[in-house]
Amino acid sequence: MVDNFDQIVMRTLEHISLVGVAIGLAILTGVPIGIAITQNEKAANIVLYVAAIMMTIPSIALFGIMIPVLSKVGHGIGYVPAVIAVLLYSQLPIIRNTYTAIHNVDPALREAARGMGMSSLQRLRMVEIPLAIPVIMGGVRSAVVMSIGIMAIAAYIGAGGLGTFISRGISQTDARQLITGAVAVSFLAIAADFFLVWLQSRLTPAGLKRA
Amino acid sequence: MIRLDNLTKIFETKEGTTVAADHVNMEVQEGEICILLGPSGCGKTTSLKMVNRIVPPTSGRVFLGGKDTTDYDTITLRRQIGYVIQQIGLFPNMTIEDNIGVVPRMLGWDRQRTAKRALELLEMVALDPAIFLKRYPKELSGGQQQRVGVARALAADPPVLLMDEPFGAIDPINREIIQDEFLKMQKQLGKTILFVSHDIDEAVKMGDKIAIFRAGKLEQFDTPDNVLAHPANSFIADFVGGDRTLKRLRLLTVGEVMDAEPPRVKADDSLSSALQLMNDTDYDNLIVVGPRGRAQGVVYRSVAEGRQGLCNDHHSGLKATVRESDDLRTAVSQMFAHDLTWLPVVDDEGFYKGYITQRGITHTLGRTYRDAEQGA
Repeated sequence: MVDNFDQIVMRTLEHISLVGVAIGLAILTGVPIGIAITQNEKAANIVLYVAAIMMTIPSIALFGIMIPVLSKVGHGIGYVPAVIAVLLYSQLPIIRNTYTAIHNVDPALREAARGMGMSSLQRLRMVEIPLAIPVIMGGVRSAVVMSIGIMAIAAYIGAGGLGTFISRGISQTDARQLITGAVAVSFLAIAADFFLVWLQSRLTPAGLKRA
Repeated sequence: MIRLDNLTKIFETKEGTTVAADHVNMEVQEGEICILLGPSGCGKTTSLKMVNRIVPPTSGRVFLGGKDTTDYDTITLRRQIGYVIQQIGLFPNMTIEDNIGVVPRMLGWDRQRTAKRALELLEMVALDPAIFLKRYPKELSGGQQQRVGVARALAADPPVLLMDEPFGAIDPINREIIQDEFLKMQKQLGKTILFVSHDIDEAVKMGDKIAIFRAGKLEQFDTPDNVLAHPANSFIADFVGGDRTLKRLRLLTVGEVMDAEPPRVKADDSLSSALQLMNDTDYDNLIVVGPRGRAQGVVYRSVAEGRQGLCNDHHSGLKATVRESDDLRTAVSQMFAHDLTWLPVVDDEGFYKGYITQRGITHTLGRTYRDAEQGA
């Protein structure tokens, strides 16, 4: 029993680290892309379209596609393809929310900022990003919850995590392992969502919260 | 000083080209408020926004204090120009203090100086710093927000202000108040101001000069009184309204029109001496003053002719009085309200200062028309 518990904890930490690294990288790429495409509506449409198509690829197929590609650098299976897949899936919610949030900043604020002599970077840093934070964080939240689910499948390419229980449960027709894995994944997703709600409210500028 | 030199803006749209500003030339003197006035789409806002290059001019130049603004990069230029817009545009993520401090911070002021300036400016726009410094914009009413908007524009003490219908979104009662406060502030600050409005009454009240636009062209650029008294063409005459002469009443104060040394009688003077004075001075009534000069009542010619005794026993009460600083509109309104053709002018303590009549007002307002006729 104690052994099993240790295993669950270990797999959970593994799962968190996979999702955490993937989402961290997704934020580092998605937010700048989302901001960049506010400058050009055509580019925005193309980028959002590509990101949406990415999401339609079944995850198991994406893992399969990456095996031959990443084998060339010696990472056909395991940690690297799992992180890359989740990174790609997370782009859409993060890019779309960032784009929408920056795009929807009140034009009057933008004009006031320009009229006061802010450069575009100052405008982003002092006005647009602070105002966009709640919506961007909303995108991160859906990306995280989705990624926790997708990462469970990454067990099939040897990435570890809570999916290990599920895949083993299926191959050994062991309902206990299957249910353990499924419940743990759900709990993790719910817990992560609660944490992110808290973080979102912490990061929202005081002036935007309800009085 | 602001000078626009052949300033032109042509917009290319799918429907074709629009000339939003067509070779606009004007010069606003240091310390003056110039109102850009006209119907929507006339080019007034475009002309304003070309000054700080929110709208880049197609051709022509803008000079500030004699310097061609194309010599500055856009960002440096904008930091020397206060900008107030109708939608106010306070940053909701910043406190009032931080909003006011935006330009000072960008200019590299230290924290202490920025904080002191924010405090000073809030006091200037009649908001209590103890209450408002740490608040967020959404906690303020529209009028309070626009006061902060004005304070923010003044933060780095720019010599020039651009105001795009700044009080347009504020309810009429608060608009009057905020306009009065702004004029009082401007008296001390002496900024050079371009101010867009579509409201002739606001223009007459706020402007030292009025520039009237139509279809991108500057149609008339003159003092409010001249715009009202001598509209350059029928478009302007229509725009300023059929009651334009009444609007001129706003531009003059009672003090400028009244008889400052009217004849008067004391309470213990006899009616016969009052009648004698009326005959000598051609007045039909005389104000009765107390021992120290307070206006107490009025003696009418009919009473002085028909009765005997002291003024003190035969005077009637004063139905209405005006102050020297009141505008003529107030005076005329009082006359109409009380069926009078004259009013005594008193100061805050009730001391008798002068006498104003409808004929005197008509005469003063008519002077400019007579001058024009003689010139013609």
